[in-house]
Amino acid sequence: MRIRCPLCGERDSREFHVMGAAEWLARPAPDAGLEAWDAYLHLRDNPAGPTRELWFHEAGCGAWLVVARDTVSHAVFEAVPAWEAGA
Amino acid sequence: MRYSGWQILRQALGGNRGWKAQWRKPDPRPEYDVVIVGGGGHGLATAYYLAKNHGVRRIAVLEKGALGLGNLGRNTTVVRSTYMLPGNGEFYSFSLALWKDLSQELDYNVMFSPRGVISLFHSDAQRDRFARLGNAMVGRDDHAVLLGRAELRRLVPYLDYDNTRFPIYGALLQPDAGTARHDAVAWGYARAADRLGVDLIEHCEVTGFGIAGGRVRAVETTRGRINAGKVGIAVAGHSGRLAGMAGFRLPIESHVLQAFVTEGLKPVVDHVISYGMGHFYISQSDKGGLVFGGDLDGYASYAQRGNLPRVEHVMEAGMTLMPMLGRARVLRSWGGVMDMSADGSPIIDRAPVEGIFLNAGWCYGGFKAVPGSGVAFARLIATGEPLKAAAAYRLDRFRTGHLIDEEGTGALHNRH
Ligand SMILES: Cc1cc2nc3c(=O)[nH]c(=O)nc-3n(C[C@H](O)[C@H](O)[C@H](O)COP(=O)(O)OP(=O)(O)OC[C@H]3O[C@@H](n4cnc5c(N)ncnc54)[C@H](O)[C@@H]3O)c2cc1C
Ligand SMILES: [Zn+2]
Repeated sequence: MRIRCPLCGERDSREFHVMGAAEWLARPAPDAGLEAWDAYLHLRDNPAGPTRELWFHEAGCGAWLVVARDTVSHAVFEAVPAWEAGA
Repeated sequence: MRYSGWQILRQALGGNRGWKAQWRKPDPRPEYDVVIVGGGGHGLATAYYLAKNHGVRRIAVLEKGALGLGNLGRNTTVVRSTYMLPGNGEFYSFSLALWKDLSQELDYNVMFSPRGVISLFHSDAQRDRFARLGNAMVGRDDHAVLLGRAELRRLVPYLDYDNTRFPIYGALLQPDAGTARHDAVAWGYARAADRLGVDLIEHCEVTGFGIAGGRVRAVETTRGRINAGKVGIAVAGHSGRLAGMAGFRLPIESHVLQAFVTEGLKPVVDHVISYGMGHFYISQSDKGGLVFGGDLDGYASYAQRGNLPRVEHVMEAGMTLMPMLGRARVLRSWGGVMDMSADGSPIIDRAPVEGIFLNAGWCYGGFKAVPGSGVAFARLIATGEPLKAAAAYRLDRFRTGHLIDEEGTGALHNRH
């Protein structure tokens, strides 16, 4: 699996650390309540097919990226900087 | 047909032409009292105990492929109860106890082999952790022995004890844990359930639920609509998809785990051994292949195959621990799709839709759980009451903060 980092170019997935679903970017307000925090921390869409995830280019530029991928074919479509992508 | 030494002799004399199919291949009936989705270990065991322990009559197991070819047929078959936390400990002890008589229970040799599970430690701190785990196990009447380096060396001389980075200090041994034959577990439960009248329906994929008035009435399948009084979901890595069909989300993400087997060798690895400092564990199958595995690939996946970086990591860890491995040739590697729950522990509970029950989140440890989970899930479905030993596996524990995080890694699906 290779990921095209928008800053470094195409790199081996070993350079990256995967955090999980891009949902991690949609942090609720501290007082958003139990349901919102449960959903944020635990519940997942868990799609079979296209998904969006948060990856960290740990052994590269150190950027957080939102990677669009397919969980069935393992194809990687696109990686954009997390600060541009939003949840 | 009951299996016995006499039958083997008799059938051999008849050229082995008298063996019968082990279960029927019925067409789905229009309606069942209980429909179980998923013909892996958990689904088959649940159907069996529903019929046997609770006298439920009209039961179907719907399997999208063939029975037992999911994770059940792909796992590395370690059966142990080396769990420490309340909630987990009592459940895995309960399940291990059932393994001991399972062949008799099913009249089918599941080849349970209590060869001893050795968990290595590599520092004083890790010794303390394993001592504590061992004490927790002994406290619930499981067996656990803390082995020092010299004792361990007598049992397994071939490890690299003096590795400069991770020397081996000793191990926690669970002497009556071990392995079993995965396929035999599928076939044994399938045959036993079939004999109690359970319809095992293969090549029948559930594609949706008929829900009316907040209650499940039916499942939609590739072989038509089937009415159901109750539905039990036991689909391992696919729980998220089934939940999606029923309109709710789960604290679960699907991940791929790989495993490997070498060519057949003479008996050399007598135990199950797990490395305390790298992602690697190993045992030897009855055919002689060294069966080993490691950790998740780490990214969400529904592909029954992983990627090379994890292969490399597992091989490196194996070579570090057991340099003699380098002489063996790997025959095959494969992957299975598992439900990783947010705390690494399973869920046996009612689903948010009335009449749907959920058995999910077994992560990479659900083979050992098959008998215990079958008993627990059957009880919940039949009576509405959880089995005491599985009562902590609630779906709402995430919301209420009662996580069962055995590894203490936090609520991250890919970190357990
Ligand atoms: C490589 C690997 C190694 C492992 N090693 C161990 C180990 O050493 N010890 C241990 O305890 N555990 C281990 N596990 C975990 C264990 O295999 C699983 O937790 C357990 O098998 C899951 O339960 P199951 O047997 O019911 O799953 P499965 O056998 O996967 O059964 C689920 C079934 O549901 C079916 N299904 C899915 N969707 C649908 C649908 N829509 N309609 C109808 N049917 C459907 C699938 O086809 C499948 O047959 C390992 C797993 C893997 C992948
Ligand atoms: Zn980069």
